[in-house]
Amino acid sequence: MVPFPGNLKESPSQTAGPYVHIGCTPNAVGIGGPYGEDAGARLVNDKTKGDRISITGRVIDGANAPLRDAMIEIWQADADGLFNSPLEKRGAADTNFRGWGRQAADGESGQFRFETVMPGQVPFAADRMQAPHAQFWIVARGINLGLHTRMYFPDEADANAADPVLQRIEPRWRVATLIASGARPNYTFDIRLQGENETVFFDV
Amino acid sequence: MTQDAGAFFPRDLAWHPKAYAPEYKTSVLRSPSRALVSLPSTLGDTTGPVFGQNMIGELDNDLILNFARPGELPIGERIILHGHVIDENAKPVPRTLVEIWQANSGGRYRHKKDGYLAPLDPNFGGFGRTLTDDDGRFRFRTIKPGPYPWPNNANDWRPSHIHFSVFGSGFAQRLISQLYFEGDPHIRLCPIVNTIKDPAAIEQLTAKLDMNNTIPMDARAYRLDIVLRGRRSTMFENRPEGN
Ligand SMILES: [Fe+2]
Repeated sequence: MVPFPGNLKESPSQTAGPYVHIGCTPNAVGIGGPYGEDAGARLVNDKTKGDRISITGRVIDGANAPLRDAMIEIWQADADGLFNSPLEKRGAADTNFRGWGRQAADGESGQFRFETVMPGQVPFAADRMQAPHAQFWIVARGINLGLHTRMYFPDEADANAADPVLQRIEPRWRVATLIASGARPNYTFDIRLQGENETVFFDV
Repeated sequence: MTQDAGAFFPRDLAWHPKAYAPEYKTSVLRSPSRALVSLPSTLGDTTGPVFGQNMIGELDNDLILNFARPGELPIGERIILHGHVIDENAKPVPRTLVEIWQANSGGRYRHKKDGYLAPLDPNFGGFGRTLTDDDGRFRFRTIKPGPYPWPNNANDWRPSHIHFSVFGSGFAQRLISQLYFEGDPHIRLCPIVNTIKDPAAIEQLTAKLDMNNTIPMDARAYRLDIVLRGRRSTMFENRPEGN
């Protein structure tokens, strides 16, 4: 065992900086090197269960400019609402679905794109379900602590209305910042760091 | 080892840098201005991706060799960088992915957007990754990065630093940060370091010279332990959660 006292503090965060790609997506930015494929580059393969969807979007700053150096990760349940994690105790998730994806924003347009599946519903507490959603984590130069948010689906209005997380959000008009646009199978989710339609970010 | 799947301790946001830190100018337009919405840990926060050893190449944690041409070596100070990934309960975090990236010994990054005068080293990529072992230990071999200037105030220099990314066992533990080297006078001068307000928190990112793990006549060792958020014990929480 490790000789550490308990009650430690979490290591403090520092910005991922402008060169996060070197460590996390070296192939996506043409550096190459020893990694065969960037971790998180693909969520699905041809055996993955569920309806294929795409999520494209941008991370936009307070001057309305897309970030061209952001890195975006998603984590979501499979088509049956199970997470591909050893801590998932409700059942066995689809082994052909990673659940986790990582993409760099495009160096020119700032656009990111995930090819994934429509997530199933996941319980919030014993007797309540969450609406289908994907969790997002955003880092970049100028972001001092990675930002957690969630993307919900515009074609799931009833489930969204009953979602216990969305129900916590005040003022109510801010809920719209978490709902993608588009329709199955192609969704768009822009994340606004600041300003009038600032996306809701979570302390999870 | 059974892994606890309990809720995470709330994050101490005063220990982390604030989103809006005008001494680091880029944060001004990239910081949310509204309060974060606090949530209890949900299943998507307490679970997270895992990575298999089959993903990791033999040289992935050896930055001295993983980009070098056959028979050649990168220029600079050879170091071992090692430590544990543990949680706030001091429990080791086993089999978790640790990724690092850094400038070369002259302070230059292998990135098309870095135009610093210091040259690229053809034998140095500046990135590596590893899984912690069953006791949460990680180990890299690399070249000590050089300081570099950056546009913020007219004459700001980054201390020597290595960026790191860690996953943990739940997505809410996800962390990216930077480590520094003890004794570097640039640490206290750096606007990015100084987005952290508590000197003890900066100390927590400062790797210490570790003579006991130095390899004589070869490489010095630096040690940094990385702490991720801890989980509440679920031992007494068998009842269904209320809302
Ligand atoms: Fe850096």
